[in-house]
Amino acid sequence: MSVAGPDVPILELRNVSKRFVKKLDIAGRIARKLGAGIREEVVHAVDGVDLAIKDGEVVGLVGESGCGKSTLGRVVAGVHEASAGSVFYRGSDVATLTGPARRDAALKIQMIFQDPMSSLNPRLRVRDIVGEAPRFHGIVDAGGLDAYVQNILLKVGLDPEFVRRYPHQFSGGQRQRIGIARALAVKPDFLVCDEAVAALDVSIQAQVLNLFMALREDLSLTYLFISHDLGVVEHLSDRVVIMYLGRVVEMAPTDEVFSTPNHPYTQALLNEVPRLENRRRQFVPVKGEIPSPLNPPSGCHFNPRCPHATPRCREERPALREIAPGRLSACHLNDQ
Amino acid sequence: MSQSQTAPTLEVRDLKTHFFTRVGVVKAVDGISFSVLPGKILGLVGESGSGKTVTGFSILGLVDEPGRITGGEILYKGENITHAPETRLQQLRGANIAMIFQDPMMTLNPVLRIDTQMIEAVQAHQKVGRAEALEMAREGLERLGIPSAAERLKAYPHQFSGGMRQRVAIAIALLNKPDLIIADEPTTALDVTIQGQILFEVQKLCAETGTALIWITHDLSVIAGLADEICVMYAGRIVEHGKVDEVLDRPFHPYTSGLIGSVPSRNRRGQPLNQIPGMTPSLLNLPAGCPFQARCFRADAACKTYPAQSSPLAGRHVCCHHPLVEAAEIAT
Repeated sequence: MSVAGPDVPILELRNVSKRFVKKLDIAGRIARKLGAGIREEVVHAVDGVDLAIKDGEVVGLVGESGCGKSTLGRVVAGVHEASAGSVFYRGSDVATLTGPARRDAALKIQMIFQDPMSSLNPRLRVRDIVGEAPRFHGIVDAGGLDAYVQNILLKVGLDPEFVRRYPHQFSGGQRQRIGIARALAVKPDFLVCDEAVAALDVSIQAQVLNLFMALREDLSLTYLFISHDLGVVEHLSDRVVIMYLGRVVEMAPTDEVFSTPNHPYTQALLNEVPRLENRRRQFVPVKGEIPSPLNPPSGCHFNPRCPHATPRCREERPALREIAPGRLSACHLNDQ
Repeated sequence: MSQSQTAPTLEVRDLKTHFFTRVGVVKAVDGISFSVLPGKILGLVGESGSGKTVTGFSILGLVDEPGRITGGEILYKGENITHAPETRLQQLRGANIAMIFQDPMMTLNPVLRIDTQMIEAVQAHQKVGRAEALEMAREGLERLGIPSAAERLKAYPHQFSGGMRQRVAIAIALLNKPDLIIADEPTTALDVTIQGQILFEVQKLCAETGTALIWITHDLSVIAGLADEICVMYAGRIVEHGKVDEVLDRPFHPYTSGLIGSVPSRNRRGQPLNQIPGMTPSLLNLPAGCPFQARCFRADAACKTYPAQSSPLAGRHVCCHHPLVEAAEIAT
């Protein structure tokens, strides 16, 4: 099924972009024909991202709302198709795969969503929510389905007796476990978790995070863990990727990002994270807000908010370069 | 400011707010007491369903049917406002006591411009002309760091980003210089950099104007950076109270200790988090005695009766039969 050797990453993105284009309506098209300078609105949700994830790795993807982290996750999971660039699964370009190979690649990457209430069909029983995909794809036959579903429920820490219940009969944490069970039912080896614990209470969040880590051991899973919560990402990830307005600004092993952040945005972000250890602190805010992705600043996207911005930052887009082994950062300051 | 002799801005004594639903009585708030001094920040922490929001609503007299305040007293600067008439509450709300809600889109009227809403808020409580009210509104927005405030006043709420909208909501809450602000998860929906900006403004404000603040949240790490004192709520009761440093460094209640243990940043990376087993109980059929007993690793037969409040250290209160008083017992 795969052409992979041991060194081929399980997933690789090469220069992946995702653009959302708002088409002109008929009035706009007529106006343009008549010479009005109206253009289609284009959002570069993801703008030229390169990322390779090794087998068994947990990569945390961090950024504020609107930075494109969820879109990138959806491109990885195959929910969106990339506008440009390619996604490789175990060395083969997903877009060029056909037939069963394509289906297998799609099944191997599963996604877990933020809000379990809106990602579970309220009118299906747990048995059907979890069992539909493996039944359809021929992973189990009808006779073995009940036992199969019960076995998966056990794995995610739910009582197998719950198979006949509906989603509304569960608490938030249990519902998230159903979402995880559904993803695991097709035997994936890569999970994209999009803010998977953001909607849960602190004590429940810890339970689900522990479940993620236990499953990683048991099923040798690889994770792309998308979150705005740096504490969660720090705890779980081997490597952290930081995005700002569609671009990756820094990528490095977790310890190094948190101890010596390189990019000014990373520094600002880490500075703002509330921590239990910091008491009665003086808050020093980053100025400004995330600019609209419809009209991003020229050059480095972070330049209007950056305390170190130079004229060059306003003109030239900094490349994501290796600044130390395994560490990449996109900032002109590293050239000096 | 000397705090030792100051009278509290707000004092809540044994407050009980119960909801009489068809399926039974929900004791959302069941006998809580706390007080806030001027210029101080009290953090009210709890998970969903612990009664922290209902506490805020009770103080402002905003509890709707089938809910009722069934016991206790709320004293604002010594005045009992527990069952105050609606006219008195209207004078207080917005002028003396203000509330900031989690979702600013629910606070702001979507079909009115910001200036209309702000002028209305000023003129409801102060006898000033329109021009003067507008000037106050502009100053209010500027104080919260909204650029080109004069132009932004003419905008509608949907034209603002989430962070800006919350700042407008806070600016409105501050317009009449209240003595007490109740903030109910105001930064939960915001990004960390925006949250940092708002915490900065709030902190400055309390220090400068002596406004007392009750900050309701589920996020212990925000409280750690912001508050002076902390009240931990569980199933409608305050289970632990004390100075932020003391409570976070040395929690007495097993629930507080468990909560602190479940915050990811405190634990060693990659190691399992200290999780609290089970889930928050339904307030409809609480077990007799301590509501936390089913999830508690120290629970025994004594927990079948509700623990009385004890004070193992000066300034600390805890409701537990088996508080983690000896340092070695703390499970983090």
